[in-house]
Amino acid sequence: MTLRESAVGLPRWALVPAGAGALFVVLPLAALVSRVDWTRFGSLITSDASLAALELSLRTSAASTLLCLVFGMPMALVLARSRFVGQDLLRSVVLLPLVLPPVVGGIALLYTFGRRGLLGHALEVAGVQIAFSTIAVVLAQTFVALPFLVVSLEGALRSAGHRYDVVAASLGAGPTTVLFRVTLPLVLPGLLSGAVLAFARALGEFGATITFAGSLQGVTRTLPLEIYLQREADADAAVALSVVLMVVAVVVIAFARRGKGVL
Amino acid sequence: MKKKLAGTRVVGALALLAAPLTACASADRDSGDITLVVYAASSLKTTFEQLGEQFEADHPGVDVEFNFAGSSDLVSQIQQGAPVDIFASADIANMDKLAAQDQLGGQAQVFATNTLEIAVPPANPAQIGALADLAKEGVQLVVCAPEVPCGSAARKVESAAGLDWKPVSEEQSVADVLNKVTTGEADAGLVYVTDVKSAGAAVQGIEFPLASEAVNAYPVAPVKGGEQSDLARQFIQLVLGSEGQAVLAAAGFGKP
Repeated sequence: MTLRESAVGLPRWALVPAGAGALFVVLPLAALVSRVDWTRFGSLITSDASLAALELSLRTSAASTLLCLVFGMPMALVLARSRFVGQDLLRSVVLLPLVLPPVVGGIALLYTFGRRGLLGHALEVAGVQIAFSTIAVVLAQTFVALPFLVVSLEGALRSAGHRYDVVAASLGAGPTTVLFRVTLPLVLPGLLSGAVLAFARALGEFGATITFAGSLQGVTRTLPLEIYLQREADADAAVALSVVLMVVAVVVIAFARRGKGVL
Repeated sequence: MKKKLAGTRVVGALALLAAPLTACASADRDSGDITLVVYAASSLKTTFEQLGEQFEADHPGVDVEFNFAGSSDLVSQIQQGAPVDIFASADIANMDKLAAQDQLGGQAQVFATNTLEIAVPPANPAQIGALADLAKEGVQLVVCAPEVPCGSAARKVESAAGLDWKPVSEEQSVADVLNKVTTGEADAGLVYVTDVKSAGAAVQGIEFPLASEAVNAYPVAPVKGGEQSDLARQFIQLVLGSEGQAVLAAAGFGKP
């Protein structure tokens, strides 16, 4: 390990901006933690409103991660394993939510799934009410998290290549068998880290949710929304909940990294 | 060789990033103008911008710079040491936070009031006619959360009317509530009279007598440590004077 490191060589100057960059990320987080009122911490994060928000966040993020897998896996597959006209354009469109301000996503969702939206009326006729429901939260989270899964998985599929798939196919396996027995097991680390990233992004989703879903305790008020609301009334509660959200996110990301290493 | 190239590229990129920053910093300060910094609640945006232009016209060489946001956001920015000459809050409570920490440079004075009104989409799909209709089954009602001023006002009205309504959403700000009504997501929302007025044809406003139970007062005060205390006093006089009052009344604000 040391041998390999010295052979590559790290330009010394890189340490300075790298350190400054790390400080830039760590300092605000440390400042946040330094502001926690530890004597009230327990009671602040276990209030009814906080627990309801945390529970809703975990539930909706899990649901949206599942949706990301259902839609994102085939999307990544199509993007990585086929060639067609307009593919680059399609890829850009799929990745758009990564760079769009979440509020824009929220407005777009509103005009799609809202009561007067593109699909809203048809959905209402079908008996599905999306406005102000938990479904709206899941849709908002899925919208912003989906590209994370698609990007990770497409990258993994491309770097894995398809030599093994070709071998399996030549031995008589059908495309679906190849996908589930060969391709997916090969890219499992990429798939896992993509799913975890999507989960983490869903957990932090704020702008699209507040624009599209509304904010009601236990129904649509996720942890980020609760933090934003508490900041108005009780800054200490907002800080305490921010730390909770941060810890959950760190645990999730650490889990993803570990999954990568193990697999 | 390749490594070196990458290095120059990084430096070049950094320089490109930094250039607009410095450029804009110097452009702002080059004119030598005196700047009066006013922090005001979002609901005051239209009226204060109008008054700011008036003030600039009356005081050549003076720039009035505004920061419009939620009152509690502005309070926390002032508490963190933002350079501010005047603070205009949408409620007394937030002004009191600054007074309690001795951060005001003078007495706060109420210059306007605002009351709640029911806002419904122009077609009024749920046929809302009075306050009691908001508690009807199936009405998608949106209000502000009790933590924000418009929400605590809504609470007061609700209890004064002896109603128990079940909003489908408790929003962060009056703008969020209004948006849910204008997009037709909500059947009704409780917003301020001034919001209904500024939304124009996008919503229909329905007055109700109990609105007088929750009158919201807007106080203004100079902020301690502001650099332009003289100008600040004059601007506050403009707001409190007949000219300011006329502009505020036109937007739907009530008298102090």
